[in-house]
Amino acid sequence: MAAAAELTLLEKSLGLSKGNKYSAQGERQIPVLQTNNGPSLTGLTTIAAHLVKQANKEYLLGNTAEEKAIVQQWLEYRVTQVDGHTNKEDIHILLKDLNSYLEDKVYLTGYNFTLADILLYYGLHRFIVDLTVQEKEKYLNVSRWFCHIQHYPGIRQHLSSVVFIKNRLYTNSH
Amino acid sequence: MKLFVSEGTPGSLPVLAAAERARGRAELLVSTVGPEECVVPFLTQPKVPVLQLDSGNYLFSTSAICRYFFLLSGWEQDDLTNQWLEWEATELQPALSAALYYLVVQGKKGEEVLGPVRRALTHIDHSLSRQNCPFLAGETESLTDIVLWGALYPLLQDPAYLPEELSALRSWFQTLSTQEPCQQAAETVLKQQGVLAFRPYLQKQPQPSPPEGKPITNEPEEEELATLSEEEIAMAVAAWEKGLDSLPPLRPQQNPVLPVDGERNVLITSALPYVNNVPHLGNIIGCVLSADVFARYSRLRQWNTLYLCGTDEYGTATETKAMEEGLSPQEICDKYHTIHADIYRWFNISFDIFGRTTTPQQTKITQDIFQRLLARGFVLQDTVEQLRCERCARFLADRFVEGVCPFCRYEEARGDQCDKCGKLINAIELKKPQCKLCRSCPVVKSSRHLFLDLPKLEKRVEEWLGKSLPGSDWTPNARFITRSWLRDGLKPRCITRDLKWGTPVPLEGFEDKVFYVWFDATIGYLSITANYTDQWERWWKNPEQVDLYQFMAKDNVPFHGIVFPCSVLGAEDNYTLVSHLIATEYLNYEDGKFSKSRGVGVFGDMAQDTGIPADIWRFYLLYIRPEGQDSAFSWMDMLLKNNSELLNNLGNFINRAGMFVSKFFGGCVPEMVLTSDDQRLVAHVTLELRHYHQLLEKVRIRDALRSILTISRHGNQYIQVNEPWKQIKGSEADRQRAGTVTGLAVNIAALLSIMLQPYMPMVSATIQAQLQLPPPACSILPTDFLCTLSAGHRIGIVSPLFQKLENDQIENLRQRFGGGQLEESFKLKAKAAPKPAAEEAVPTARPQQIQALMDAVTKQGNIVRELKAQKADKNQIAAEVAKLLDLKKHLALAEGKPLETPKGKKKK
Repeated sequence: MAAAAELTLLEKSLGLSKGNKYSAQGERQIPVLQTNNGPSLTGLTTIAAHLVKQANKEYLLGNTAEEKAIVQQWLEYRVTQVDGHTNKEDIHILLKDLNSYLEDKVYLTGYNFTLADILLYYGLHRFIVDLTVQEKEKYLNVSRWFCHIQHYPGIRQHLSSVVFIKNRLYTNSH
Repeated sequence: MKLFVSEGTPGSLPVLAAAERARGRAELLVSTVGPEECVVPFLTQPKVPVLQLDSGNYLFSTSAICRYFFLLSGWEQDDLTNQWLEWEATELQPALSAALYYLVVQGKKGEEVLGPVRRALTHIDHSLSRQNCPFLAGETESLTDIVLWGALYPLLQDPAYLPEELSALRSWFQTLSTQEPCQQAAETVLKQQGVLAFRPYLQKQPQPSPPEGKPITNEPEEEELATLSEEEIAMAVAAWEKGLDSLPPLRPQQNPVLPVDGERNVLITSALPYVNNVPHLGNIIGCVLSADVFARYSRLRQWNTLYLCGTDEYGTATETKAMEEGLSPQEICDKYHTIHADIYRWFNISFDIFGRTTTPQQTKITQDIFQRLLARGFVLQDTVEQLRCERCARFLADRFVEGVCPFCRYEEARGDQCDKCGKLINAIELKKPQCKLCRSCPVVKSSRHLFLDLPKLEKRVEEWLGKSLPGSDWTPNARFITRSWLRDGLKPRCITRDLKWGTPVPLEGFEDKVFYVWFDATIGYLSITANYTDQWERWWKNPEQVDLYQFMAKDNVPFHGIVFPCSVLGAEDNYTLVSHLIATEYLNYEDGKFSKSRGVGVFGDMAQDTGIPADIWRFYLLYIRPEGQDSAFSWMDMLLKNNSELLNNLGNFINRAGMFVSKFFGGCVPEMVLTSDDQRLVAHVTLELRHYHQLLEKVRIRDALRSILTISRHGNQYIQVNEPWKQIKGSEADRQRAGTVTGLAVNIAALLSIMLQPYMPMVSATIQAQLQLPPPACSILPTDFLCTLSAGHRIGIVSPLFQKLENDQIENLRQRFGGGQLEESFKLKAKAAPKPAAEEAVPTARPQQIQALMDAVTKQGNIVRELKAQKADKNQIAAEVAKLLDLKKHLALAEGKPLETPKGKKKK
């Protein structure tokens, strides 16, 4: 998904009515937003955080210093790790790590839904749709989290809904 | 909370420096662990530094840890910091880890290390100098500074990798490095071992994929609108209102152009093209066109400017060409001199003089410099072993020998210089020399020759460089090449040759010899000026008053930066020395090199036959000017840039601005009543214009072109937002608004026409004719954006400036001029390599070569498979199979001793 399309999705999910126009820069097609008052902003997570503030939903960036740092950490993870890798093996390491991280968590920061969940959901979507039933079961915590986020009101929009099976088929693998 | 750091991991630097912020706000334990320790339970790869929070959560991102410390100290997050940190993670880090890996693990040096990060370093430098603040987020250091400082420290702590020309970055880095927390962090992590402290850690990292292979683009990188103060806006508006009256009087044109007391006198030279070749696009952008842009700019600034060039005509290559074509050397020179002159005329190169080196003045000045050097004891005599081809019955000039480079083992090194490593070679040092004409092996014969005693002059040249380099605008590659030459020490260099076609040597016993071209070619600049005016010495023996800019491709740097300065310093005649040496990198063609013999690439004379106007060629070549790194000419890209930047951006804006004046206001510029939005735009255009000046003063030609496109983009947006075509149909106030928008837009178009003049002179003149720009405004580019077309000014007839380039048109051209010639070049090499080579010591192949061969084998394999699958003609298949086998043989040869190659290199 192109970054501009993703930001448009985010705008809608944040309830921002007036759509912004984005240009893309360079080979990696980094999104650029020209704001009305002041300099332009460059970069997916930078613009995303800006939109959150525009929508007066600062709580999506975290409430405490700790939460704020964690949100930013996962946003960075999204643009460096999730977007940086296309080879299957790397993706599996990534899913394995994430699975292990989410073992005792509802959301990426723990108990609060944040921008990190939204952008990681958008970023992982293209990989999750391709997972086999067995893989989805292997990354059970990721699946649980992903399924949760895709049902979060207003987030999924036109993206395909990924089907997760509730009963386990491959009990031996766990 | 507990902070896990490790010695010798780069990430520990910013984290330790930022930890200061958290002091007193939370209890912080610092624990040192091994770099391999898996501190974070959920991560597969070991990662340090890590911060374990009291809640049990982990922060494993360096930036996030620093951010947390800053948050604890009460700092609030903002967009700008987010943007910097995202840039750091996605752009800076990949480039830096490649550079550090090359430096620390692979032991590479210089440009190879700096290359991957140069763009990022420049980005920081620009941001700092643009906002004119000591720190990235203003007057005090902030999170951004610490994170970036920490990331850059491992590389930049070695002054060799802190480029001199990036002065804003330099002072920013040095300021931070001396601050207490940073200093301590550096000591803890580096343990005074310098960059080697990172070696154990970096060695275990996978080799980063180099960020190269990206075509160089001139995309609008940072078009952020700077925030303007009320004061800046007021000043810009005041300047705008003064209009034409504030222009200085036009300098009278003089003929000949001579230095004037109390003025800035700019002498510009472009490397002299060798006469027997038709220049290709790379030659054109490398010197004549680049120098032309600067010369035109310099004249627009009303600096007293002389731009000269000419053909370099002496030497064996001319003699050989004459033999080939059955003409005398002089006839060959006359013929090709005209070809060169015609090409440059077509490209609209604004030489004041385009001369040649085969003139009596050349003989006079060369011999004079030689006599002075001789009298001062800077000339040595020695017997030289020289290569002589018995079959051709003559001594072989350097470029008529090819062989294996004794330094880097490049297989196609020329007798005078290796194209691969750039080192100069004495032809007899070449391994496995071959006569380029008959391919037989030449023999060594001895002959008396004269040498320039460079070691004796080394000190003088070093002294001169020490004084002139700092604060000058030498390009980084020129600085680097010159410095590495001096570092390696200078050796005496032969200045005579056994030839006829050259400047005679005025010394007994040397009557049958001539000066070697590299000695007298650079003197060509002087003699060409002498043929232009008998007062040439006012330019060339006037270092106090003359600012000398010399343009060339990087292979010419040693001659202009070291050898020629040595000659004239030794001559002790108060010669003007180069003040700014401007060297480009190489321009490639599509995926390979330009090659006349293989018919690959576009050559000067062919550009005219493409039907694409000279200005479009100029624009595209300047847009991809190999400034800072190699770049490539690509037909598709040319189409894209023409259609997007010229047609849709620049052309569209200028045309619309003019059309509105014609259509809505009867061809007269309407009254303008500037609102605060308009004033802001005036200030932004002024700012961008200043930026354009800053860049061109530093001869950053490609970057300055971007400013033009940025202004026109602002202009397009301005028209789009204000919709004068709707306003014109509205109330009286609406109509007035339409007038203001149109008037301001057409004035921006007028400004663009002047800024464009150095780049696209014809288009510039066309716009100026369409707008009927008053004459003084056409020839002077002020530093402020002025209202040059005031209300009531009548413009001419407006018509579109650019044509769309169509896909099939460009595809035809691409096929006509070739491209993707990998197989072709291997075939040639295969032909050139004598058979016995396989049994002899295997030529060492570098990994890239092996990789290239492997790729070629794969590619050829696919071709064969495809043909077989299609049941193609048998002969055709056989031919392709033969190619494949040949490639495989080469690959086997290259891989022959795969273990020895890297080892041998390391020992060195």
